[in-house]
Amino acid sequence: MGYDNVVTTTAWSPGPGCHGGCGVKLYIKNGKVVKVEGDENHPFSQGRACPRLLALTQYMYHPDRITYPLKRVGARGEGKFERITWDEALDTVEEKFSNIKAEYGPESVLFCQGTGRDIGGPISFLAYSYGSPNWIQLGLAGHSCYTPRLGAMMATHGDYAVLDAGQFSEKRYADPEYEVPKVIIIWGQNPMPGCPDGFFGHWIVDCMKRGSKLIVVDPRWTWFASRSEKFLQIRPGTDGALAMGMINVIISEDLYDQEFVKNWTEGFDDLKRRAAEYPPQKVAAITWIPEADIIAAARLYASAKPAAIQWGVPIDKCPEGSTVAQAIAHLWCLTGNLDVPGGNVIARPAYGVTTYPFSTQEMHELYGEEFVRRLNEKRIGAKEFAMVRNFRGWAQPDLAVKQMLTGDPYPIKACWIQTSNVLGGQAADTALHYEALKKMEFVVVADLFHNPTTMAVADIVLPVASIAEKESFRSWWVPLQVIVPAVEVGECRSDWEINLELAKRFNPELAKRYGSVKDLINDRLKPCGLTYDELKAQGGWIMPPENSASRPYRRYEKGLLRPDGKPGFRTPTGKVEFASKSYEEWGLDSLPYYSEPPESEVRTPEVYKKYPLVMVTGRRSSVYFHSEHRMIPWLRECDPYPIVEIHPSVAEQVGIDDGEWVVIENDRGSIKRKAKVTPIVHPKVISVPHGWWLPEEDGCEPNLFGIWDINCNKLVHIGPGAKSGYGGGAYKTALVRVKKANGAVE
Amino acid sequence: MGRKGLFIDYEFCTGCHTCEVACKQENSYPAGLWGIKVNEIVLESLDKVEINYLPFPTELCNLCANRTVNGERPSCVKHCQADCMKYGELTELVKEMENKPKTVLFAPK
Repeated sequence: MGYDNVVTTTAWSPGPGCHGGCGVKLYIKNGKVVKVEGDENHPFSQGRACPRLLALTQYMYHPDRITYPLKRVGARGEGKFERITWDEALDTVEEKFSNIKAEYGPESVLFCQGTGRDIGGPISFLAYSYGSPNWIQLGLAGHSCYTPRLGAMMATHGDYAVLDAGQFSEKRYADPEYEVPKVIIIWGQNPMPGCPDGFFGHWIVDCMKRGSKLIVVDPRWTWFASRSEKFLQIRPGTDGALAMGMINVIISEDLYDQEFVKNWTEGFDDLKRRAAEYPPQKVAAITWIPEADIIAAARLYASAKPAAIQWGVPIDKCPEGSTVAQAIAHLWCLTGNLDVPGGNVIARPAYGVTTYPFSTQEMHELYGEEFVRRLNEKRIGAKEFAMVRNFRGWAQPDLAVKQMLTGDPYPIKACWIQTSNVLGGQAADTALHYEALKKMEFVVVADLFHNPTTMAVADIVLPVASIAEKESFRSWWVPLQVIVPAVEVGECRSDWEINLELAKRFNPELAKRYGSVKDLINDRLKPCGLTYDELKAQGGWIMPPENSASRPYRRYEKGLLRPDGKPGFRTPTGKVEFASKSYEEWGLDSLPYYSEPPESEVRTPEVYKKYPLVMVTGRRSSVYFHSEHRMIPWLRECDPYPIVEIHPSVAEQVGIDDGEWVVIENDRGSIKRKAKVTPIVHPKVISVPHGWWLPEEDGCEPNLFGIWDINCNKLVHIGPGAKSGYGGGAYKTALVRVKKANGAVE
Repeated sequence: MGRKGLFIDYEFCTGCHTCEVACKQENSYPAGLWGIKVNEIVLESLDKVEINYLPFPTELCNLCANRTVNGERPSCVKHCQADCMKYGELTELVKEMENKPKTVLFAPK
């Protein structure tokens, strides 16, 4: 097969559906992408690629892909849509949104995103230009995805930090400054199938080959667990107790980095006192992990230098997730592993380029001082939660769904849903979100395929460009890189194009500044000194400059982190704060502590008696990104069924055979799953993969691609579960029971 | 030129399915046809659960003759996320096995 040309670009979503970063080569013939390969010259991925990226052509050219704008013509749920022009689609949205603004105020429209796609920029430009403060991950209980961890890191050391796999240098593992972590704790994550939060999962494998030993904290035996020195098979939701137990051991056995603690931290004595409340014996009883293993793991981690922690979303989903994350961040600070080679290094985007404005000055220029000043007046959750006001300005999802239903304190009338299949994906308590969305006067969904959400509630559906069809950029830690359009598919437009055009209609200031998406991208790229075209011409990516705030190591010694240029950290005290001043100011305990899951053998023994299994949802699949990709033939055949992993002892007790369809239920409802009987799960836990809907089934009501039969989030309640408003979505701790299904399901 | 083979270090194969989809794309195989198939072996061992993956080249594997003739690696080898596969002369790959336990060598054709 010949090719007309090859386009070098960056992988991100939509397509592989991920947090992006890999270097990609798109082979083009007659205006179509005919093959996708990894770019061997790219420092992030070195030519490697995941199955989702390699199946991109099946995704882009899928017969079910939506390739022109649609409007609903039947009743909601009937699945009757009619082709319309972009002009009609955008005019309709403008008119409806303008009417809602006039009648109820702009805050009555929610701008809802999921994860993955480069969405933060486009959706915030649109929401704020329209005038709504309610930018939200609708359905994500407790906003429990990375935000609690981000807040905890910001509070503790004034910056974010990530495991150092040499990703901040183009030389990677060969960089003379770099050292491989001697010990890695993989805490609540299986980094293999996904590449979460800007981290290529197989970098851990690269480190293992170079000598890293593993400690794995997980309720399931993962591939990494089976290759670990220490596997801590934890009771779901008790990670906070484990972290406090490890701090206890490290302090009481003097295993901490005395030099670093003395010179660069505050609040050590407070932490010592708090940690004394968590002796390993007590922690063992809470976590199901043997006392000796807790002690051994703490010693192994603290005695190795450098050592690093790679953590996952279950931490956010613990009760008081921001507190659990704080305790874990303390571990890398106590052991002096912050911003050292092979430790947890401070992560800032290269050159400080951000996808959307963070600084007050920039916000004022774009949206006006009055609007920015009043953002927190109407933002859902801002009154209740200081972290919503002061840390991440997104509306609080658990309160939002209730407000959609009650109209209190003001009515919600419309939803703009982009990059999010709310009902087939992240929404906890699916039925509640279904009811709330049905109440909306107007719902727009921008997506690539019909899904349970478009079918149930969309009035307008906008067709979105895949990664191969769009002009964009990626600034998520490193490298700073451009996304290059290679082809067009139907009338699909990128999230940037769609949102910029609409945003301009509401905000003349934006129209004055940005004629095109490229103008906007060039404006964002300014701090790196290159334009989009220049960056593209030099290979498409750039690493942060030496001796700058966005390049490791030991920036706190060099005065590169604080606005005043002094050594130290960007915290109120300038030190790492074991007792956080920010938490205190936000009305939270300044020190970490453990709190029991909302439903558990300890807190709700009567519920536990009826429902004796802990359901952990959300284990990742290499061939799916959350609720995406079930319609892609090459991917679906690798992971064909909505399964439940059940320990052989449970299967025997309930009388279930491997491969049999079973019922999983609690007081909130029941779902069916195909049993995978396997020793990898803890005998008191079942693992139920999330995001399942069946594109091959009827999408109309009442079936909605089968979500009411198989979506595990039906069984998960909403919160808010955490005092901070962040964390505690019970996706890992709902109690359930399993029984045989009556009759065949297939 | 001697016979060629696929060397797989199964200590590091994570079972990510990349080789399978890379093969399908390269050869335009529809779903249902596999040039390489990853096997999962999960066993309870003495004090742990042992999890291993092992890709098996099927009779459809032609070692990506169209690629190797141009000096490119087979698509599965190039894209392997764990970088645990090698392509080459069997005689050379056997030497790799001398140095690295938990490996297998396939000579598919």
